[in-house]
Amino acid sequence: MIQLKTIFAAALIGVGLAGGAIAAETAAPEDNTIAKQHWSFAGPFGTFDQNQLQRGFQVFKEVCSNCHSAHLLMFRNLAEPGGPGFSEAQVKALAATYEIADPDADGGKRPALPSDHWPSPFPTEKDARDANGGALPPDMSVLAKARGIEDKFPNWVFNYLTTYAEGGPDYIHAILNGYVDPPPAGFQLPEGKHYNKYFPGHSIGMPPPLTDGQVQYAAAADGKTVPLTVDQYSKDVGAFLMWVAEPHLDSTKAAGFRVLTFLILFAVLMWLVKQQLWRKVEH
Amino acid sequence: MSSHETSKYVPTHPVAKWFEDRLPLIGFTKSTLIDYPTPKNLNYWWTFGGILAFMLGVQIVTGIVLAMHYTPNAALAFDSVELIKRDVNGGRLIQAVHATGASMFFFAVYVHIFRGLYFGSYKAPREILWILGVIIYLLMMATAFFGYVLPWGQMSFWAAAVITNIFAAIPVIGDPILQLLRGGFAVDNPTLNRFFSLHYLLPFIIAAVVVLHIWALHVPGNNNPIGVEVKEKRDTVPFHPFYTMKDLFAVVVFCIPFAWFAFFAPDILGHSDNYIMANPLVTPPHIVPEWYFLPFYAILRAIDFNFIIDSKLLGVIFFGGSILILFFVPWLDTSKVRSGTFRPAFKWFYWLFVVNFLLLMWYGAQEPALQIIGPFTVADVSKLSVVYYFAYFIVILPLLGRFEKPRPLPNSISESVLSKPAAATT
Repeated sequence: MIQLKTIFAAALIGVGLAGGAIAAETAAPEDNTIAKQHWSFAGPFGTFDQNQLQRGFQVFKEVCSNCHSAHLLMFRNLAEPGGPGFSEAQVKALAATYEIADPDADGGKRPALPSDHWPSPFPTEKDARDANGGALPPDMSVLAKARGIEDKFPNWVFNYLTTYAEGGPDYIHAILNGYVDPPPAGFQLPEGKHYNKYFPGHSIGMPPPLTDGQVQYAAAADGKTVPLTVDQYSKDVGAFLMWVAEPHLDSTKAAGFRVLTFLILFAVLMWLVKQQLWRKVEH
Repeated sequence: MSSHETSKYVPTHPVAKWFEDRLPLIGFTKSTLIDYPTPKNLNYWWTFGGILAFMLGVQIVTGIVLAMHYTPNAALAFDSVELIKRDVNGGRLIQAVHATGASMFFFAVYVHIFRGLYFGSYKAPREILWILGVIIYLLMMATAFFGYVLPWGQMSFWAAAVITNIFAAIPVIGDPILQLLRGGFAVDNPTLNRFFSLHYLLPFIIAAVVVLHIWALHVPGNNNPIGVEVKEKRDTVPFHPFYTMKDLFAVVVFCIPFAWFAFFAPDILGHSDNYIMANPLVTPPHIVPEWYFLPFYAILRAIDFNFIIDSKLLGVIFFGGSILILFFVPWLDTSKVRSGTFRPAFKWFYWLFVVNFLLLMWYGAQEPALQIIGPFTVADVSKLSVVYYFAYFIVILPLLGRFEKPRPLPNSISESVLSKPAAATT
């Protein structure tokens, strides 16, 4: 029976590969495949790089949050374990620099507390659209999980083994580096839009948000510095947005390792119990 | 209740005796879960029954906890699921176990169904057992569909719109059914509310049908890899400890990939669009169902031509028929031999059916216009797969029983076990 199954399995894989190859071929004319980046939080043992999250937060605070909301992010999250690792005093001071609309407060406004949600830059969707040429800057709470990149047939099979879940940060990094000005000859760019080679349809409402040297990073505690480039900014903000979307990633992955270790040991013990029981039974 | 009450429970303690005289619960439990004589040659494909019972328990327990924190309101549902993952103690894990658990549950049920198809577990006297299984599978599909809508992301919303719309193809009663399902003319808050209610209800109906399924199993007893009925006591072993421990081992092994997905990649089986809140004004570029519905989705889409009746209704007939036909398998398969191991021609058609099912799954995830071989697209080649899917049940199974010459069967389970090296049993 093994032979028969093997033949079928081989046939199936063959058909699949052929399909995948054909699919890849049809996609070939435009070389807009998004390159996968190296992320510290990828894979079962990945963890966020605290310095990178702090840098990414700075980019988010100084650039993104002028137009994008992130209503599920709370100030207190920034001091929680597994995050950028700010101290509670730092978070309290940071929150106090923001104003929150609160109908119960005198004058309808009060300084933010660590328990407050990150304030949205525009009070309503209508305001956001009016200020951005009709386009709505998407909320960034789970943006890093709401975007992804497409893998053709044989490749995505391996994603199950590598636990590839970084399609969102890869996409964000690509978009931030995908602006082409002027647009390719023959492309009809609508008024007020910008050409981005990775954006579906290529016509994006967001103007290029980052330029080299725009955000001044302080040196990390160990004195290390990173280049002040768009590539570096977009990696940092990609990592930060992944943390915003999945704030418990570090502790979940650590727990997963312990659980899997336990399950494998338990399985071995159960196998020995089962073998011992069945040893005397012809079966 | 069972015809296999081989050992009678005799209570020794007076309180136990008093209780047993009024409700023989302990004796019933002992005869069904402990003494139940089980064929001793069951292979690991048979452990998936226990795995499925375990998965039903996992889904119900995690689901009850999630329902404590979830808000079934179109404006709040999306954020409430996110808040479960962020702020509920252990919520990130409970949600991931429930969401990936659905996939693991379906994986197990497919193994269980295909095991039944290979070893002829649907044949007399187990027709009712099989039919109850198909009912459970249908209920599972409905439950999974309702559950997928609850996070109220883009895929949730558009899956609800597309799937409920299928019913609109039914003549006369289609529109009233559509409106009843949606609670209005479009998918909206009433849809979400009734889907939440039904998603909470159906698992308990599944549990009830599972009880019937196990009852119907205990009347004729288990089928086994050689398909020859139990003839004497030495063909069997008591369920406990032999199969309780073997099933437990299988459950633990099954939990390894389950934990892998739940902890490391809970979203890998889903679609990133479902992290965008439902928006009736924006249709996602590719609406695809979860992987476990893809083969049937491919069958639905393959019927894109009118033949006497409109293609939409015809597609729905094929879509529904592809599952309903399972009810008739016990009578469509005319072979007297149960196990595929002793049916040389059946094996080929069976494995082709498996490959064909996987192909349909793949087609379901592709764009219909994608070219596969030369000028032929997914829409073209998937028609071939639909033909084979139905031909397997309607033509091949009935005819094979007449023309196939099965290999000689062993006289008993014990005989086959003793001569194992000579006669390989798949």
